[in-house]
Amino acid sequence: MKGFGQYMIFLGTLVVRRESFKTYYKLIIEESVQIGVKSVALVALVATFIGAVTTVQTAYNMVSPLIPKYIIAQVVREMVVLELAPTIMAIIFAGKVGSSMAGGLGTMRITEQIDALEVMGINSASYLVLPKIVASLIMYPLLVIVAGFCAILGGYLVGSIAGIISPTDFIYGLRFYFDSYAITFALIKALAFAFLISSISSFKGYYTQGGALEVGISTTAAVTSSIMAVLIADYLLAQLLYVR
Amino acid sequence: MIKIKNISKSFTGKIVLEGISGEFDKGKTNLIIGSSGTGKSVLLKCIVGLITPDEGNVFYDLRNFTEADKEIKAEIRREIGMLFQGGALFDSKNVEKNVMFPLDILTTMPYEQKIERVNFCLQRVGLENVNKKMPSEISGGMKKRVGIARAIVNNPNYLFCDEPNSGLDPQTSILIDDLIGEITHEFNITTVVVTHDMNSVMGIGEKIMFLYKGHKLWEGSSQEIMHSGVKELDDFVFSNKVMQNLKERL
Ligand SMILES: Nc1ncnc2c1ncn2[C@@H]1O[C@H](COP(=O)(O)OP(=O)(O)O)[C@@H](O)[C@H]1O
Ligand SMILES: [Mg+2]
Repeated sequence: MKGFGQYMIFLGTLVVRRESFKTYYKLIIEESVQIGVKSVALVALVATFIGAVTTVQTAYNMVSPLIPKYIIAQVVREMVVLELAPTIMAIIFAGKVGSSMAGGLGTMRITEQIDALEVMGINSASYLVLPKIVASLIMYPLLVIVAGFCAILGGYLVGSIAGIISPTDFIYGLRFYFDSYAITFALIKALAFAFLISSISSFKGYYTQGGALEVGISTTAAVTSSIMAVLIADYLLAQLLYVR
Repeated sequence: MIKIKNISKSFTGKIVLEGISGEFDKGKTNLIIGSSGTGKSVLLKCIVGLITPDEGNVFYDLRNFTEADKEIKAEIRREIGMLFQGGALFDSKNVEKNVMFPLDILTTMPYEQKIERVNFCLQRVGLENVNKKMPSEISGGMKKRVGIARAIVNNPNYLFCDEPNSGLDPQTSILIDDLIGEITHEFNITTVVVTHDMNSVMGIGEKIMFLYKGHKLWEGSSQEIMHSGVKELDDFVFSNKVMQNLKERL
C-alpha cells in the first residue's frame, strides 16, 4: 500500500515543473522509435503464431458437423480482437519494453546520471519518464493493430494451407456478425495497458537503490507488477465496458 | 565563496551529519576528507541541493540557496558544475553530446557556438578525436575527463567533485587531481572536492575540512594537517605506510 501511494506521488511529479515542449517532442520521437519500431518484428511473429494456433485449436474442438466452418473464423476474430491482441501482446510488451525501461532507469539511478540531471535543475522524473509514457500510449495501440492483423493473417494462412477452412469461408466468418465496438474496446484496453506498463516499469526503475544486483531486482519487479496490473485492469475493463 | 551554516541531516533516525559549518574559498580547491561512511557525499549533496538538509543553510556568495525561491535556485544551478564518482555520463549520448548537454538545457546559444565551446573544453581536459565515441567505448580515466569537461562547459563559478580519482590507477589519479587544481586556478572557481585519498590531500588540498562520523573535527591547510593534534585526524592521515615513514623521518 505504501508502494501504491509512492506510485501516485511519482505520477504527480511527472506533470509538474516540465521542460519545454520542443525538448519533449524530440524525446518522444526517440522513445517511439525505441519502443515501437524495435518491437514490431517480435509482436508480428508472436501474433502470427498465436493466430495460427487459435485457428487449429478452434477447428479441432468443433467436432459437430452441424456447425458451419465459417464459425471457426468468427471465433478466431473475437478472440484475437478482444483478448489475444491487446492482452497477450501486453505481456510481451511488459517483458520487452517494460524491462528495458526499468533496467535503463535503474542503471541511470545507480550511476548517478539522474543526480547529474537534477544538479542541472532538470525535473529528472518528468524529463526521463514522461516521454516513455507518451511514446507507449502512441506506439502500443499501433502494435496491437499490427498484432491483430498478423494473428488473423496467421489463422487465414494455416486454415487454407492445412485445409481446415477455405479462404472464402474464413473471410465470410470474419465478417459474420461483426460489431466494430470490439475494435474500440481493444484500443481502449491498449491505451490502459500501455499506461500501466510504462508508468509502473519506470516507477520501479527510477526508485532503484544500491547496485547492479538491485537493478536486476527492479527489472524483474517491473515485469511482474506490470503483468499483474494488466491482468487486473483487463478484468475490470471487461466488467466496465461490456455493460452497455 | 560558499558558506555552510549548521548543516544537519538524519536518515530514518540515523544521524549522518550534525551541525557542520564552514567556508569554501573562491579560486581554491577546498577538500572535504574523512574515511568511508562519514557523510562526505551526503554533505556534498546537501550543498548542491540533491538532498535537503534537516537544518542549516547553504550560501552561494551570500545568496541563501536553501531558502531561495525557484528563480534564484535556477540561477545558482546554472553556475554549478559537478563531477560524479563514476563520471555519470549519459550512456545514450556520445561524448560530444554529453558535454554539450548543459548548454542545450541551460542556454540559448546557437549550435556553432556550442560546438566550439565543447571542443575547447574537451581540449582543455586533454581529449581530442573522441567526440563521437560512446561512454561505453572509453576508459575510466577518459570518462572522468569527459565528466570534468561537462562540468566546466557552462563556465561554472562553483565546481563539485565527489571522489574524482576513485577507481583510477595512481598515475591517472594524479593527472585528474592536477587537472582539477589547474582549472580551479585558471578560471577562478570555488571548487569543493570530496576525497579519502591522502595523495590528493597533499597534492591539491588548499583548504581542508576533516569529517569524522558526521562531525567536523578539524579545518586547515595541507601544511598544517601533519601537526593537527587531533587523534582521529592523525589516525586518518597516517593510516598509510608512506605517510607513517614520512612522519618517523620528521
Ligand atoms: N539516501 C540515504 N538513505 C539512508 N542512508 C543514507 C543515504 N545516503 C547515505 N546514507 C548513509 O549515510 C552515511 C554516510 O554516507 P556517505 O555520505 O555516502 O559516506 P561517504 O563519506 O563515504 O561519502 C552512510 O552510513 C550511509 O549509509
Ligand atoms: Mg562518498
